[in-house]
Amino acid sequence: MFKHITHTTLYVLDQDVALEFYVGKLGMVVKTDADMDVMRYLTVTLPGDDSLELMLLLPGPPLHDEATAEQVRELIAKGGAGGGVIFETDDCVGTYEALRAKGVEFTQEPTERFYGTDCALRDPFGNPLRFTERPRST
Amino acid sequence: MSRSAEDRNRRLLRARDMIDRSYASPLDVAALARVAHVSPAHFARQFRLVFGETPHRYLQRRRIERAMELLRDTDRPVTEVCLDVGFASLGTFSRTFSAVVGESPSAYRERTVATQRGAAQYVPACVEKTLRRPVGAAAQMSSSGEADQVAAL
Repeated sequence: MFKHITHTTLYVLDQDVALEFYVGKLGMVVKTDADMDVMRYLTVTLPGDDSLELMLLLPGPPLHDEATAEQVRELIAKGGAGGGVIFETDDCVGTYEALRAKGVEFTQEPTERFYGTDCALRDPFGNPLRFTERPRST
Repeated sequence: MSRSAEDRNRRLLRARDMIDRSYASPLDVAALARVAHVSPAHFARQFRLVFGETPHRYLQRRRIERAMELLRDTDRPVTEVCLDVGFASLGTFSRTFSAVVGESPSAYRERTVATQRGAAQYVPACVEKTLRRPVGAAAQMSSSGEADQVAAL
């Protein structure tokens, strides 16, 4: 049936602010930034792995009518929109410290789990993100 | 209008994240209100408006969720679990736990240790934290002997 997951969507409240965060702070790179007239199609990916593109899209027409878009925006801002991304890293603590120094908002410090060390943060809009360092032995 | 609701929600989310992080400490309404940029007098009402429950009840559910994991996945005595998750008295802990979960801490431990210990081996912590959090019920919480605190918030 399917081979890979290639794209997933994260709704953001401002695409320029999203770029500052996902590219400027998290170190992702722009894959596509296209003015499609009705919308700005913006995707980012990891510098070393472009197999998954994260689409950073604005709620709104033509996908949502204005009232619906407003509801989606309010849900994102209260952390209830349901989206989220988990990254893998080779150095959870080091990445945590580097991002904290850049003013990134963490919701959980690096914590040991059976699956590795992970921590949690929010993007500027309220979307939950997480990154994990796998145990070395596996 | 819309932008201000977004902004309010984001600020209140920041305060809720703070409750999640510092669940073992008493609810610091002044600090939470500062994070949320609202006056302490308005904080609880704003929080409830956005998240559908008082900050106090949210904190209690967070603590009970942590206690459930410790009871299920560790051998720590109930009295220590109680203190670990931020309750000062065993009586309040047991009442709140029973009100939220529907059984006492020791009964919960007995029932789940056999069947569910180690379930966390398969579920990422973020999922565990979110999906296993007890829903509870407002009426049950207010019968837990802490109605005064709820009202005060």
